[in-house]
Amino acid sequence: MIALLIRDMKLAMRAGGGFGLGLSFFLIVTVLVPFGVGPESTLLAKIAPGILWLGALLACLLSLDRIFALDWEDGSLDLLATSPLPMEGVVTVKATAHWLTTGLPLCLASPLFGLLLSLPAEGYQWLVASLVLGTPALSVIGTFGAALTVGLKRGGLLMSLLVLPLYVPTLIFGAEVARRGAEGLATTTPLLMLAGITAGTIALLPFASALVLRVNLR
Amino acid sequence: MTLTVKNLTISRGGIPVLEGLNFTLAPGKALILRGPNGVGKTTLLRTVAGLQPPVEGDVICGPETIAYAAHSDGLKGTLSVSENLHFWADIFGTKGIQNALDGFDLNSLVDRPAGALSAGQKRRLGLARLLVTGRPVWILDEPTVSLDVASVAMFADAVRAHLSEGGSALIATHIDLGLDAEVLDVGPFRAKPRSGTGGFDGLDESFL
Repeated sequence: MIALLIRDMKLAMRAGGGFGLGLSFFLIVTVLVPFGVGPESTLLAKIAPGILWLGALLACLLSLDRIFALDWEDGSLDLLATSPLPMEGVVTVKATAHWLTTGLPLCLASPLFGLLLSLPAEGYQWLVASLVLGTPALSVIGTFGAALTVGLKRGGLLMSLLVLPLYVPTLIFGAEVARRGAEGLATTTPLLMLAGITAGTIALLPFASALVLRVNLR
Repeated sequence: MTLTVKNLTISRGGIPVLEGLNFTLAPGKALILRGPNGVGKTTLLRTVAGLQPPVEGDVICGPETIAYAAHSDGLKGTLSVSENLHFWADIFGTKGIQNALDGFDLNSLVDRPAGALSAGQKRRLGLARLLVTGRPVWILDEPTVSLDVASVAMFADAVRAHLSEGGSALIATHIDLGLDAEVLDVGPFRAKPRSGTGGFDGLDESFL
């Protein structure tokens, strides 16, 4: 399993691997928003948590179809399915690799992007905390969507439509943590809800993903 | 490790393609599958490899004994030849790739990215993967596609060496590999169209 994780990270870092795709998309969104809504810092500070969370979510979505599509095309998914690794392990590793190449860089870069949207000073720690807690759920849910649509030509549209509704709870509670944090309110309840969603998806969805992947490989 | 196939019926896209297949593959033996294009050789191999469930019948085989090589080689173009092989060796928990490099004459290409190999070299690398799996039963789907005469001989030698170590191989191919192997023509096992349900048999399957 470690070997698969190392391989996926290597592939992501090398030319054409797609590392940084999500990050640059996130950057584009946060740079363009002030141009769109005007440079008024009070307004920007008000919408910053929501925009940052939305940007992170769409950045995650952008790279989802690569999770299984490349392995499907070159046949390695079939070979992995006949290897000693359990399919649940394969999907867990794939989700982890996706988080490490997309979610983690977003978490680390988010304070900088918060600055671009004049996020209030109290908000930074809560923004990072909410992203650290929430983005794993985005990767795990996204892996499920990718497993559902693997093998479909241009399956990205279908996958987005399937995955977006499942992303809504994470977005609501994640953005709520960041908003409350920025306004100096108590964040415990939405933070616990967010952590609960993430823990639940990590516990359950790999089994569902492995099941649909096996069906899709037939 | 003996592979036994009993009264197997297989389907592609929900429609039965081959039925009533019976064969046994004992250690040290190879079985060559022949049959016209589209008859269901690949589907049969995928079923035996466990990638899809049979409609009827059983595939009896020990756990974790099968190494499957499909039409596509499962190589990553941005990884080098040795990285590709090391990856599969790690996945299958075996040590060392030197044997595989020697067996398919890949020593001069170890540091070349797999994406920069020719079609025949890629195939050789894909077949070298079989040697690092350490699994006794090889299931090979058209293994000689895009190989030249010398490479086909190299491949035949690898299969012979594998058989002499007590392994076995199930190979779908159209060419003569020069192996001392039984030949099974799957043509006569073509499934008859199912009557009564008028081809709606596969409906559940296609909705899954």
